[in-house]
Amino acid sequence: MSTRLSTGGRLLDKTKQVTFQFNGRRLRGLQGDTLASALLANDQMLMGRSFKYHRPRGVVASGAEEPNGLVNLGRGGTFEPNARVTTTELFDGLTAESQNHWPSLDFDVGVLNNYASRFMPAGFYYKTFMAPAPAWKHLFEPLIRRAAGLGKAPKDRDADRYEHFYAFVDVLVIGGGIAGLQGARAAGQAGAKVMLVEQTAHWGGRAPVDGVEIDGQPADAWVKNTLQQLENMDNVTIRSRTMGAGVYDHGYALAYERLTDHAPAQDIPRHRLWRIRAGQIITATGAIERPLAFAGNDIPGVMLASAVRDYAVNFAVSPGDRTVVVTNNDDAYRTAITLKQAGLEIPVILDARPNGGGALADQARALGVRVENGKAIASVKGGKRVTAVDICAQAGEGSVLETIDCDAVAMSGGWSPVVHLWSHCGGKLLWDEGEAHFRPNPDAAPKGAQGQDFVITAGIASGAMDSAAVLADATQAGKTAAVRMGHIAPDMAAPKADAEEPAPLLPVWKMPQGAGYKLRSKMWLDFQNDVKVSDVQLAAQEGYESVEHTKRYTTIGMATDQGKLSNINGLAILADSLNEAIPAVGTTTFRPPYTPISMGSIGGDASGDLFQPVNQTPLHQWGSDNGAYWEPVGHWRRAYCYQRDGETVEQAVHREVLATRNSLGLLDASTLGKIIVKGPDAGKFLDMMYTNMMSNLKQGKCRYGLMCTENGFLTDDGVVARIDEDTWLCHTTTGGAARIHAHMEEWLQTEWWDWKVYTVNATEQYGQIAVVGPNARAVLEKLGGMDVSKEALGFMEWKEGQIGGFDARVFRISFSGELSFEIAVPASQTRAFWDALHAAGAEFDATAYGTEALHILRAEKGFIMIGDETDGTIIPQDLGLHWALSKKKDDYLGKRAQQRIHMTDPDRWQLVGLETTDGSTLPDGAYAVAEGVNANGQRNTQGRVTSTYHSPTLGKGIAMGLVWNGPERMGEVINFPMLDGTSKTAKIVSPVFYDPEGKKQNV
Amino acid sequence: MLILECPYCGIHAEETELHAGGQAHIKRETVGADDAAFEAYLFTRANPRGVHLERWRHVNGCGKWFHAARSTTTLEVFGTYPAQTLTPPDDIRAAITAKHPDWSFEGWQGAT
Repeated sequence: MSTRLSTGGRLLDKTKQVTFQFNGRRLRGLQGDTLASALLANDQMLMGRSFKYHRPRGVVASGAEEPNGLVNLGRGGTFEPNARVTTTELFDGLTAESQNHWPSLDFDVGVLNNYASRFMPAGFYYKTFMAPAPAWKHLFEPLIRRAAGLGKAPKDRDADRYEHFYAFVDVLVIGGGIAGLQGARAAGQAGAKVMLVEQTAHWGGRAPVDGVEIDGQPADAWVKNTLQQLENMDNVTIRSRTMGAGVYDHGYALAYERLTDHAPAQDIPRHRLWRIRAGQIITATGAIERPLAFAGNDIPGVMLASAVRDYAVNFAVSPGDRTVVVTNNDDAYRTAITLKQAGLEIPVILDARPNGGGALADQARALGVRVENGKAIASVKGGKRVTAVDICAQAGEGSVLETIDCDAVAMSGGWSPVVHLWSHCGGKLLWDEGEAHFRPNPDAAPKGAQGQDFVITAGIASGAMDSAAVLADATQAGKTAAVRMGHIAPDMAAPKADAEEPAPLLPVWKMPQGAGYKLRSKMWLDFQNDVKVSDVQLAAQEGYESVEHTKRYTTIGMATDQGKLSNINGLAILADSLNEAIPAVGTTTFRPPYTPISMGSIGGDASGDLFQPVNQTPLHQWGSDNGAYWEPVGHWRRAYCYQRDGETVEQAVHREVLATRNSLGLLDASTLGKIIVKGPDAGKFLDMMYTNMMSNLKQGKCRYGLMCTENGFLTDDGVVARIDEDTWLCHTTTGGAARIHAHMEEWLQTEWWDWKVYTVNATEQYGQIAVVGPNARAVLEKLGGMDVSKEALGFMEWKEGQIGGFDARVFRISFSGELSFEIAVPASQTRAFWDALHAAGAEFDATAYGTEALHILRAEKGFIMIGDETDGTIIPQDLGLHWALSKKKDDYLGKRAQQRIHMTDPDRWQLVGLETTDGSTLPDGAYAVAEGVNANGQRNTQGRVTSTYHSPTLGKGIAMGLVWNGPERMGEVINFPMLDGTSKTAKIVSPVFYDPEGKKQNV
Repeated sequence: MLILECPYCGIHAEETELHAGGQAHIKRETVGADDAAFEAYLFTRANPRGVHLERWRHVNGCGKWFHAARSTTTLEVFGTYPAQTLTPPDDIRAAITAKHPDWSFEGWQGAT
């Protein structure tokens, strides 16, 4: 059983008990525990079930690489799935539930998958995609959906806050082991601005666990002193619980700080994402121990040797009373020695190397531990817990020589440097034959903007395998980084530690060497995704020779741990199957983040009201006070309608339409884009921008214009007014102001840069109010100050002056078909002018109307709307707008494109009006069907609805749509099938439903 | 996240300040161009492994378009220059050929 030891526990405060819950059970731990160590102290080795076969799984590792120990943490607004027990610090009141099992962790129905495992080999998911469609729909998809996902998705809104911090440093050091500390110290002493981050709560990494001595003192003391020195340097920032998540282009890096995960009661942000610009980045990211592949290596109780040592030394926890150690290198002997010294039993150390280990092996033997060279584990016995191991010769096929009872196995396959951060931005790797691992190639570092190297590795992350080499490497890394940033290297010698001369490692990729299929199909490579040695071999056999293909076919390395334990072992098996060298097979791509980071931290404080700034017109407050039902249009909020007491939205819209048609409507049109285009070549420029001629527009006149992209498609429309000899004012759609301004600037700056034109987006300088309806002129005359008679201000003319004492620019233009004046006043005067219009218009029942009434009014008149009638594939010719395409001009944006074959195809659908035969309203986007079926067996179509409304003016449904050969088919009835199986019929009519002669606007 | 120097305002701008505009030095085709030439102008773009000349706009800054010469593989930036030119200036060409002696603007154009 796993239990708390009476000695050890360097990270614990044994005086402080902490209570927590696991699967509803109340348990006790100590301050300083991780959830993993606390569960082990309570003999809770079984922590979850695997993804595919639902096999019982216990904790394997002690850090960020843990594949098995994943839990649902917290409840409600602080619920979080897939939290790793090894990186979750214990706090009072923590609640955790294990994942991926039903109905309980101990008894799980899904484990049946385990017995069916020979029917679910590698590529199971791939192969199901190839199956006939009915099998997929009725068999595989329901099965996979039920099995998919590890934890549960949170249901409540996240109750926590998050933030971003920005930092600009000379040197960012990632990793707070002895290499990171020493690297930071060297760079800091050179005077560089340094930031040092460490993912755990503790400094020093593995050195204190491994009993290293530095400069004659224990590692713990050296770490404490060094940390003190760093804290005393003003130019050094240090952060624990902060993971270096990713390294990106030109020295950009992300670090993820967990502020309150270990103490959730504080009222501060939970996570902080550091967005760092560093001149140089030192990755002192350490190394991760590799598991060994032997049958049953996934049974709870089989752990990495280093993890077993960590639990004993750091947390005073023994994973078992009798621990068998199995290794291919010297380092695992440390675990045996540590456990033996803690009074625990080591029945045997199985060293796969025929000649065994070096000095550490001698030390273990001296303690009376049995050591067997050239031996291996044939298989592990046990179900939810290790009970024994069968021993065999590593060189053989697995004949059992002896069975040894034990309740834990500590395994070591060697160490792999953590090369993720080095690799994120293009750092290349070398294969080290001696250590059987990939390590950074210092001659192929990630490159900065000037082509300079900007990442340096330090310590075991460089491949330096003992503390003396680690400290020398880190000192040099710190100096190099500082010098590259223009500082002078300090006169600092590397701290001294004992160099080691271990016996060479023996690469062991499966155990025993000649294991048959039965054993290989129980050798786990990827614990979380259930990938075995036999699966990778099958992938190779089926032709998935590229490592990236094998990864996707078998799903190795695709779980939440991203293959931190499995990738190198998987590669080695693949290389062996393909009869290739490991470096020839290569690695999969390392992508950030190093370990998962919260979605909240990525969003930072950009949530709720801060998610996106909202543009408000000068009349926004009036709208809020008068029942505005807001809709987002671009970054603006516009009133869809203004609801009065007891009104539905529909009632309000209809009231607004009728009031405008019958008397007087007022619209807040402030959001319309207003771009001033000025200069000697402004007319020539606008002739290129618009499909119509703008250079010949007379001063005081307005013209409706169309804008197309170079592809020929409609992108915007609006009224252009000639202000003076060299100035035009271009109105754009509400959402289009910034986009069209940028579009103009792009052409001006990159194509016609010699033209003398200046543009400015003046949208927010002016409020604009449309005064619309039969009484529009009357209300303006009442306010007085400007002659707005038909003679003085004709249709499509504009005038500047004063109305009711307000500085105003009055455009006589109409988007409703009514007598209409659009009046621009300075933004600061807009609210007062609006109030004055309401006061003067009271006798005409002046009614504010919103965007939906605007839409209905324009649809009744057959006016198109960008975004309704257009969708990025529509040319003016589709909409019957030939009249707006100048024939006098040689060129305009989109002209050549509109001559392309598909654009001149007579079969393009064209704009018409649609009137249902029963007066009902067509659904938006409905398709009209034609005879026959297409190549896919789907019904042919001949048109679709682009705008559709109930017209309160006409008392029936009206619509516009694009229909094949539509303008030639007036009066024809076409059929629109509905989603519920019924259908509607509609007659093709002119899109102008109301006042086709234009009498009402021309008064 | 790249850092590029805006040749107008002199600021070393981070990518969040910039807007990428694709390949630079494209000649506009218009009325009179045959279908093949016009299609190539609209749709065909180079995607070289290595040296590339790109359009960028300092959108959250001075608003100006400029060109950048950089390596798409190593992310090295050889220089930036105003967009108001048909060809890269000599100092930019020199900076590129210092690292890539075989590179030429004419060769790059020919490959597009």
